[in-house]
Amino acid sequence: MQKITRDVLVEKAVSLLENGSVSCVLGWKKGEFDYDITPAVFESKEELVSDFIFDDFCGANFSKYLVQKTRKVEGKILVFLKPCDTYSFNQLLTEHRFDREKVYAVGIPCEGMVDIGKIKAITGDGISSIVCGDTIKVNTIYDESFDINAKDVLLERCINCKSKKHVAYDELIGEEGEVIESNRFDEVARLEAMTPDERFAFWQNELSKCIRCNACRDVCPACTCEKCVFNNPKSGVENKAPANEFEEKMFHIIRAFHVAGRCTDCGECSRVCPQNIPLHLLNRKFIKDIDSFYGEYQAGAEVGSRAPLVNYTTEDIEPCDVFERGND
Amino acid sequence: MQVKEYKPLIVAFCCNWCSYAGADLAGNNRLNYPADVKIIRVPCSCRVNPMFVLRAFQRGADGVILCGCHPGDCHYTSGNYYTRRRMALLFSMLDYLGIERERTRVEWVSAAEGAKFAATMNDFAEKVAALGENKRLEDLRCKK
Repeated sequence: MQKITRDVLVEKAVSLLENGSVSCVLGWKKGEFDYDITPAVFESKEELVSDFIFDDFCGANFSKYLVQKTRKVEGKILVFLKPCDTYSFNQLLTEHRFDREKVYAVGIPCEGMVDIGKIKAITGDGISSIVCGDTIKVNTIYDESFDINAKDVLLERCINCKSKKHVAYDELIGEEGEVIESNRFDEVARLEAMTPDERFAFWQNELSKCIRCNACRDVCPACTCEKCVFNNPKSGVENKAPANEFEEKMFHIIRAFHVAGRCTDCGECSRVCPQNIPLHLLNRKFIKDIDSFYGEYQAGAEVGSRAPLVNYTTEDIEPCDVFERGND
Repeated sequence: MQVKEYKPLIVAFCCNWCSYAGADLAGNNRLNYPADVKIIRVPCSCRVNPMFVLRAFQRGADGVILCGCHPGDCHYTSGNYYTRRRMALLFSMLDYLGIERERTRVEWVSAAEGAKFAATMNDFAEKVAALGENKRLEDLRCKK
């Protein structure tokens, strides 16, 4: 489904690596299966040629990797950024989390990534091979084969893609895209329209699936603290299977609150969640609230913008007036 | 078996400069407010981390109220403006998760408003008592 091929990217990476302008490449690497593609650092042409991959499973956002990598590596790092990744990239720059001079960012177009969870829901387990394309061809170890329309199994964040525009890059492969109108707040509005009891039941059902693996925290490009509040054994939300319903609620409220106003809605949290909890709905609630209370704000749209929670006006809405917004 | 009468536990975060003095004034004026309200003095309402609110619920509070100086009167110039944004978002989120909205409140009480402090606490305690025990954010490990 992707318009650009792996070969174009490998060629680009190899030429930059060989002329010495970058010392390593952040890219996607083949995993054990066709669908489990992992982020990796490539340091030689051989590695790139044999292992680099770019297909419909390359959802990973590399912005966060730059925080640690730019400190350790001598010279520049080449990073490939999809449009939504560039928002996180800008947000991290705004927070001075890495040195822009040490990064060579190549913007690449994205046609939307697919969700292996949705494919597995159709095919069942035991996938032996997947061939990407507009029609995804899946074979299983039980000698079954499936043809799946890629548009039907897109990741949630790609169904409601907010932008095809790269907001940061040194070089762009392909054409410049546009910010697009999306319906990303529809699901939030649907929940808001429910009664409190229904909402509680919905979240109880979703959040009780949480196994506290911390994958959402670890992958989030806005969560870059080196010492996290959740690492504190006395936080009341220790890293263990939930003892009761409160623990994961507290964890998820605080996790979402910590990134409120800084979350670019990249959707990584929902993508990596092994329990398929729709975590983006928590983040989007904050984004929707911020938009309606304090004016439209897209984190990462420009470097240096002031996040809504570290800003104020004397005319802000009162917390007790918040509920009278027609969703009673 | 003796059945204990239900009494709500209310945690009130009061800023040192306005609301705490307001509570003092309510006491000096012999104004009644429920003994179920447990006041925690904080240097400024913006000292209240969202986690404090959740922690209070976790440890068995039935309602949490934040009191601070009126917007514009903050002892530290702008602390309560930040509180206002933070709590607007946090309370909206709690509502989104289905927590009863009457359990949380922010009220601006100045040092001269002893009567307002007492009235606010009476009203809040009454509303929380009507809701009953906080079941939705309780933590079984913290049960006595």
